[in-house]
Amino acid sequence: MKFLTEYRNPELVQQYIQEIHKITTQDWSIMEVCGGQTHSLVKNGIIDLLPARIRMIHGPGCPVCVTPLHLIDHAIHLASVEGVILCSFGDMLRVPGSQKSLLQAKAEGADVRILYSPLEAVTLARENPDREVVFFAVGFETTAPANALSVVHAADQKLAHDPILTSPVLVHPALEAVLNDEASRIKGFLAAGHVCTVMGTQEYEPIAERYKVPIVVTGFEPVDLLQGILMTVRQLEAGRHVVENQYSRVVRREGNPGAQKTIERVFEVRDREWRGLGNIPMSGYEVREEYAAYDAKRKFQSPAERAVESDLCMAGQVLKGILKPQECPQFGKGCTPSAPLGAPMVSSEGACAAYYHFYQALGELETA
Amino acid sequence: MNNDKKSLNWECPLPELDFDVITLGHGSGGLLTNKLLDSGVFDLLSNEYLDRRHDGAFLPGGLAFTTDSFVVSPIFFPGGNIGELAINGTVNDLAMCGAIPKYLSLSFILEEGLPVAQFWEVLVSIRKACAMADVMVVTGDTKVVERGKGDQIFVNTTGIGQVHSKAQIDPGRVAAGDKLLVSGNLAAHGIAILSVREGLAFESDILSDTRPLNGVVERVLDRFGEGIKLFRDPTRGGVATALNEIARDTRLGVEIRQRDLPLDDQVNSACEILGLDPLYVANEGIFLAWVDAAIADECLAFLRETEEGSQAACIGEMVAAHPGKVIMQSSIGGRRVVNMLPGEQLPRIC
Repeated sequence: MKFLTEYRNPELVQQYIQEIHKITTQDWSIMEVCGGQTHSLVKNGIIDLLPARIRMIHGPGCPVCVTPLHLIDHAIHLASVEGVILCSFGDMLRVPGSQKSLLQAKAEGADVRILYSPLEAVTLARENPDREVVFFAVGFETTAPANALSVVHAADQKLAHDPILTSPVLVHPALEAVLNDEASRIKGFLAAGHVCTVMGTQEYEPIAERYKVPIVVTGFEPVDLLQGILMTVRQLEAGRHVVENQYSRVVRREGNPGAQKTIERVFEVRDREWRGLGNIPMSGYEVREEYAAYDAKRKFQSPAERAVESDLCMAGQVLKGILKPQECPQFGKGCTPSAPLGAPMVSSEGACAAYYHFYQALGELETA
Repeated sequence: MNNDKKSLNWECPLPELDFDVITLGHGSGGLLTNKLLDSGVFDLLSNEYLDRRHDGAFLPGGLAFTTDSFVVSPIFFPGGNIGELAINGTVNDLAMCGAIPKYLSLSFILEEGLPVAQFWEVLVSIRKACAMADVMVVTGDTKVVERGKGDQIFVNTTGIGQVHSKAQIDPGRVAAGDKLLVSGNLAAHGIAILSVREGLAFESDILSDTRPLNGVVERVLDRFGEGIKLFRDPTRGGVATALNEIARDTRLGVEIRQRDLPLDDQVNSACEILGLDPLYVANEGIFLAWVDAAIADECLAFLRETEEGSQAACIGEMVAAHPGKVIMQSSIGGRRVVNMLPGEQLPRIC
């Protein structure tokens, strides 16, 4: 595959690994922000190839993982309302709410559908004029434009019923929240390439300056990740802390202004609760007043009782990078992908699932 | 009376499960399917034939016996339809027993409203598939359910075959050092189905790999006999699930190399775009063979000369280390565990 195999070239990978080994003189903890990066690191076995002094910490960049429990319960509640078709991305269906998951609700008779694009929800609403189609929109700035566009399209087509249950969140406030945690040991970041494709790199500049951390916008293939790590370590070893762009084949400093405009048209930024991280100021998107008719939170009542998280799940500490997935006492025992306690064990971008699938057993085998 | 009471008291305790309804994932062929079956299904029905847990049962008199149901959606897909899939599926399960398939049963559950023309098209391709695999449908059944209670056509086929005189297919014979061959490119069937799924249709030339494997298996057995220890067709749950099942059943480790996995470029690209791992995507026209290391090279060369096996490759071997686990060396030199598919990847793929 052109434009992809080049970034999986074993010789290039070896060169970067040798270079990283050569320049690393101190212990450095680096957080890769995006769950896609976590999976690539683990799936390709990159972590074991890095010097022991470099510790990769897996960040909160998994949209499914940080969607609060009460919103999932709200979605499950809506799915069971007569006449509602609830749709979302595949991973969202498996995340456990306080009682069950959307997938279980589906097995019990709710009309729950997997979509690959929020725009399909608009088509679905048009084809089912007698039903209420609700799209459970999760994601970061990457999917926010498509979520926003589905609302714009529904409004343009004067569809009376395509509400969106929002949970899109913003990455950079979460980075600050992670840095503000006193247990944080993070010295540098690999910022999420796809988020920056939409939002650009400027909003990271004040963070790099204020917290004195290098931030390297990084892609997802092995060569991308290793180049990003090398750029971060170079800055750390030299005592520098600026924003650099490894993923320049996709990301521009100003991002994608058209996509940003679409987001702004439909959403406004508000405080938001993140699962495992708590309330983070100005970190979530909510539907603007002009589009209130398309806001499922306004249109449907949420369940009266707010469920509390299982106190066995340590997802919060995993998402902040304080705990490695396999350091959680429930990991692989009380919590597995087929019977998860928390979202990071469910999502294809979740750190716990990545370790469970690709890594944990290997470590266990080789220390045995 | 006493005896009657005894039989009334015969208990079937509900197994302890972490689910109380069946979800689509229980039909994935992966971990959830195994969980469901291990929850007591095998224990409840246990006998010496079932307990071997192969693709089919080995019966007295050198017979192999298997059954399979087909619920694929849509019923017509690039490269085939539910009819030939149902014939090839059962033919291949028999072939995986080292048997020469002979007689099949064919049962339909049809949904009210199905156009007869479609039913006929399925029947015609069933006839073609039977001719290709040299098997006969010798008995059958047809039921119709109300509109909305089924989905167009569900098919069940059951088959009987004669075990090849030279075949010694038995997971118990698999040993550390045995080589692992795959007869062709991975993941074509699952991706072909996905390419025409409602809401996901994308343009591609990817065709399902559905085909009978009994011909090539018979020729391999003629030539290599007991050098072949085991066959598996990696259908639902893909290669990863088949390898995990064998690692579990043989209590050996499996080592595979990512760079040796045969993959068509288009299929590989589709997997990348959809975020699917080809190791977990269903196949309907390839098999895995565990062979004695001494004949592995020769067997691979032999396979590559056949039409069905032109893309065959040696993808790894069995090891004494890490029993029960499948480990893959990644293309860039890292190592990772390949687990069984935890839930569903794509429902109703076959």
